Amino acid sequence: MDHMESAGNKPPLVTARDEGLVACTRCTRVWPIGTQTCARCGTDLVSRDTRSLQRVWAYLAVGIICYIPANLYPMLRTRVLFSTSEDTIIEGAIELATHGALGIAIVILVASVLIPVGKFVAIGWLAVSVSRPGSMEPHKRHKLYELVEFIGRWSMIDVFVVAILSALVQLNFAASINPGPAAFTFALSVIFTMLAAQSFDPRMIWDQDRDYTPA
Amino acid sequence: MPTSDPSPVAQTSDPPAGELIACPQCDALYHAFEPGPGERLLCRRCHHVLIAPRTGAFIRTIALAITIMVLMLGATFFPFLRINTSGLSNAASVFDAALAFLDGGWMIALSFAVASLIVLIPVLRAMLVVYTLAPLAMGRAPLPGARTAFRWSEDLRPWSMAEIFVIGVAVALVKVSDLAKVEYGPAFWMFAALVIVIVLQEGLMCRWTIWKALETNRPS
Repeated sequence: MDHMESAGNKPPLVTARDEGLVACTRCTRVWPIGTQTCARCGTDLVSRDTRSLQRVWAYLAVGIICYIPANLYPMLRTRVLFSTSEDTIIEGAIELATHGALGIAIVILVASVLIPVGKFVAIGWLAVSVSRPGSMEPHKRHKLYELVEFIGRWSMIDVFVVAILSALVQLNFAASINPGPAAFTFALSVIFTMLAAQSFDPRMIWDQDRDYTPA
Repeated sequence: MPTSDPSPVAQTSDPPAGELIACPQCDALYHAFEPGPGERLLCRRCHHVLIAPRTGAFIRTIALAITIMVLMLGATFFPFLRINTSGLSNAASVFDAALAFLDGGWMIALSFAVASLIVLIPVLRAMLVVYTLAPLAMGRAPLPGARTAFRWSEDLRPWSMAEIFVIGVAVALVKVSDLAKVEYGPAFWMFAALVIVIVLQEGLMCRWTIWKALETNRPS
């Protein structure tokens, strides 16, 4: 086999399912198909998690629903002397931009608007494309899946910003910052979108890649 | 980083040549083998990292996990940041930041979530890793429940968000800088060091090697 490879004549890939095996997605060991749990690490074994799409859609729906109030209600309540202002995510970013902190405003907008909305679209699209082969090359779809998995957690930045500001800026009558209800629903939205991405079984992307022969 | 090609299983069943493994991302089947020092085994189809052992990784991972626990203890309770403006000042620790949502009813849940994401889960993961790896590093059989411990540690991985908290701090500092003068406490630097240690530890751990060691050293 080794000299076959050095001759640049790589054999085609075979999947565990082709060989009547089921793979453990945690420790990568394979077992005869029909085995219930992995004897090495104790994970439940499924060759293709067909019900995973239902979980993806359910978590994604909750994530999107939570994201709506997160944008309508204030994230921060800032009080300086006797004037109080309440800022939603977008208002906060605009205020930062008008104060000259354009870079930070962009960080907030990317983490709190672009990434969450992009994730909703990407996860929904990945779930739809499983039943519509040929819509995009598996390699590109897998890249998209990895990106969504990797980047999802970073949306939590804004929740942490609110937490630090609220703990730090407590100066009696002079100034105080307190969290608004949007911080709660935004955190929920991030958590449920992460669960949606984790529920997706990426092996379903590659099942449409039947004629694949590596270059 | 040097990589080597895993050997795929040919269409008709090969003679057994080492344990069979399948890529968890795309189900491609391979014969597992230990790559050379410093090398990684990538899935040929989707480029997922399958095996990436490091020499002396168990001992180094344990050392880094203990470092994480010690640093987190300090980083949580020592003063993190202090602000000063017109004679008024206020200091906050990471613990205070986690408790920032405590005053309003159901927002308590958010306090609990923030405390978990930035303090409890990173520490719990470090403890689970030490529990799993310490006997293996000493060449003994794993402790009871080691498999469950390592499974939990893996499940919690995406929920450990200390590095994201650090970026949040940077953003908050810009917001607060035109309101007041900011001083950095010892916990600030401990937390910065902590994030580096967490990243180093992640890079050392090869899941396949650990599961393999748990399997072969199992008490019979």
